[in-house]
Amino acid sequence: MSQAPPPLGTPAARREGRDKVTGTARYAAEHTPPGCLYGWPVPATIARGRVSAVHTDEALALPGVHAVLSHDNAPRLKQPDDPILAVLQDDRVPHRGWYIALVVADTLDHARAGAEALRIAYETTEHDVVLSENHPGLYTPETVNGEYPAVRERGDADRAFAMAPVQVDATYAIGALHNHPMEPHASTAQWTQDGHLHVHDSNQGSTTVRESLAAAFGLRPQQVTVVSEHVGGGFGCKGTTRPQAVLAAMAARHTGRPVKIALPRRQLAAVVGHRPPTVQRLRLGAELDGTLTSVSHEVITQTSTVKEFVEQAAVPARIMYGSAHSRTTHRVTALDVPSPSWMRAPGEAPGMYALESAMDELAAALGIDPVELRLRNDPADEPDSGRPFSSRGLAACLEEGAARFGWYDRDPRPAVREEGPLLVGTGVASATYPVYIAGSSASAHAATDGSYRIQVNATDIGTGARTVLAQIAASVLNTPVENIRIDIGSSELPDAPLAGGSSGTASWGWSVHKASTALLRQLRECTGPLPAEGLTIFADTEQETSEKSPYARHAFGAQFAEVAVDSRTGEVRVRRMLGVFAAGHILNPRTARSQFIGGMTMGIGMALTEGSTMDPVFGDFTESDLASYHVPVCADVPEIEVHWIDEDDPHLNPMGSKGIGEIGIVGAAAAVGNAVRHATGVRLRSLPLTPDTLLPYLL
Amino acid sequence: MDPSRGRDDGAQQPGATGDRSTLTLHINGTEQTLTLDHRTTVLDALREDLGLTGAKKGCDHGQCGACTVIVDGRRANSCLLLAVAHDGARITTVEGLADGDRLHPVQEAFLDRDALQCGYCTPGQICSAVGMLGEAADGFPSHVTTRTAPVSAPAPLDAPEIRERMSGNLCRCGAYPRIVEAIEDVAP
Repeated sequence: MSQAPPPLGTPAARREGRDKVTGTARYAAEHTPPGCLYGWPVPATIARGRVSAVHTDEALALPGVHAVLSHDNAPRLKQPDDPILAVLQDDRVPHRGWYIALVVADTLDHARAGAEALRIAYETTEHDVVLSENHPGLYTPETVNGEYPAVRERGDADRAFAMAPVQVDATYAIGALHNHPMEPHASTAQWTQDGHLHVHDSNQGSTTVRESLAAAFGLRPQQVTVVSEHVGGGFGCKGTTRPQAVLAAMAARHTGRPVKIALPRRQLAAVVGHRPPTVQRLRLGAELDGTLTSVSHEVITQTSTVKEFVEQAAVPARIMYGSAHSRTTHRVTALDVPSPSWMRAPGEAPGMYALESAMDELAAALGIDPVELRLRNDPADEPDSGRPFSSRGLAACLEEGAARFGWYDRDPRPAVREEGPLLVGTGVASATYPVYIAGSSASAHAATDGSYRIQVNATDIGTGARTVLAQIAASVLNTPVENIRIDIGSSELPDAPLAGGSSGTASWGWSVHKASTALLRQLRECTGPLPAEGLTIFADTEQETSEKSPYARHAFGAQFAEVAVDSRTGEVRVRRMLGVFAAGHILNPRTARSQFIGGMTMGIGMALTEGSTMDPVFGDFTESDLASYHVPVCADVPEIEVHWIDEDDPHLNPMGSKGIGEIGIVGAAAAVGNAVRHATGVRLRSLPLTPDTLLPYLL
Repeated sequence: MDPSRGRDDGAQQPGATGDRSTLTLHINGTEQTLTLDHRTTVLDALREDLGLTGAKKGCDHGQCGACTVIVDGRRANSCLLLAVAHDGARITTVEGLADGDRLHPVQEAFLDRDALQCGYCTPGQICSAVGMLGEAADGFPSHVTTRTAPVSAPAPLDAPEIRERMSGNLCRCGAYPRIVEAIEDVAP
């Protein structure tokens, strides 16, 4: 497959755009079946212990309150596939915010009032919620998120580091981060008389949620329908089934009426996952010419007592730079905290902040330009596995980015560019994200009027899935995209994996490509008119996608940032950002550009504004709403320039694409942090770079 | 389960009592008389009682702007407005911006610039932009307006002005640069 055929690669407009700008696109909480009740979940207000009593009298006496569910009376679940879904099953409180009850009423106002009237008695136990580098509970897990080994070593990293003429030994810390998609998680659930469960749910994959609800309620998957037509963002926290879906289904069964639950924003931090805090020690040893001889990346992080999730922050160091000696390790401790989970580029986002900051420190120690240092250590094969790269565009991204950004105009000395009270600087960092793919199924239908219909249970969380899948089908069927109808967002459609790991387009697209290809072949063989019902072909890619590639497959990128730091206030403003990415063929430049910009924007938040702290006394995330957890606003985001290098990589999938949803955040925070160091001479090793942390060094 | 346009089971319909009042809202040019719980916000009345789900609930606390609508000509976070306190108000939601099939210029610009991804903040962004353009035309200054700008004359809208004035509307997908471009397209 050399050149992707048109209309792939063309900037087709978002198919659901008109519905979204006119307000007619409906999200999960916007389905109100007749007789619908409202659920209001009640979070635990202790950090650890048990619920000793749920006093429901006052709540049930309020107008409109239909039921209070708690572990005393909630339907028993069979086998939830994720322990975070085992809500209202026992009296245990594993962390603050864990759901312990649900009030169901005829209106939102009545449900909320009922929740406030509920009296809960607890037995509290001492809690342990603060991660530290010497926490006694730290252990080395078998694997980390993504099923990578927790530990990888080659050579003798300690010895090589000790012998290296130039060394960097630095520890970086990032606090918890929250996904906070604009649409809070929501579900509207209804049971029909035949025992079928219908759910409108906000998630990143309704095949996954269907399987999960079926397991929880002891149903066959065919007895569950999950619809996710429009989803208001996810960024990982809707990649797995979340408690609101289970609670809504429980309450609907208990009351015999449809029940809608939209989670209040302030409850999200405790129940929908978050990026866990990491403490990352980097040790880089190099020769005087910049050649890396030793790379150590040692990560400490936390999980909950409910489940083990280990942020794989040291994994990108296994593929980024060549070095004869390396050690990458993860240790984790289970605390009485909410369960962490996926947040945009788990592993890569925090890990590349640390690695790319350390590379900047090494460049300064060596007196070598940071772009040049990265180019000198660009390996021919994947350092950890020795496998050849299917394509590796890092050097090209760095070189093109440096030229476009005007990188080489910079004076490398720190803290020498003053504009009145402002200190100005520039920074660079590399980006990478792995190529993931999963088996998917799809159907392609040719109608007698010459139009086509593609069905696949893809989910559009804002990526433009409908649009790009129609382009893929149109390119195979050699027809205008307008001639393709596409159905996604329901578990009644052919099964498909979730929108996660930047794998959606590749996974769904391959099955659409395969079904369309088979349909085209059949159409060509078909002599005479089509049967009245048309022709339908079903395809799945389980076999193709389960074959392990002999190649190391990753997307790469380079991030450049210019910042101005106010020496009077410590405020950092990003003036401009520029990213260049190498991610295979870009299938839709219009929607792809939006995703890259979006990732880089979230990276600005990670660098400058987003931070969440664990209150040691209450065991609670202090910044649990959007007034205290500062996602970037319009005024924080300057012009962001995005370019890409179109790669012709034959080892990916029939479209030749790599995922693009996550790489935009990777390296962005490091580029900003490195620019702040260049501007001020101050190297802070924890995020976010808020004025209060920076100002003491500027006075 | 088919979506229905708002409640039809009468849960909100009993007459006015000590906790409820009957009031009239003029929504997108249509008079709507409702009897509502005094705690009901304009946002919940729109979404749950009238089936107008264009205005979104992102935080319910006035922190995100997803619920922005235009009330008596000015943009407002509808989650912070109690419906009972807005008897007689004229409210325009995102559903009321287009003229039949012809989109409002701001809606058209958002499509042209791909100024949206998940779409959940989009109705609020669009209503906010429409309101903001009105404020600027009426000479409202912003935090970044220069002190020497003439009072009461229309405020010129360059990118920094637009960014500042649109910073009450969060977008987690990161469509801000595209949103600014879209608004620049329609700004005078």
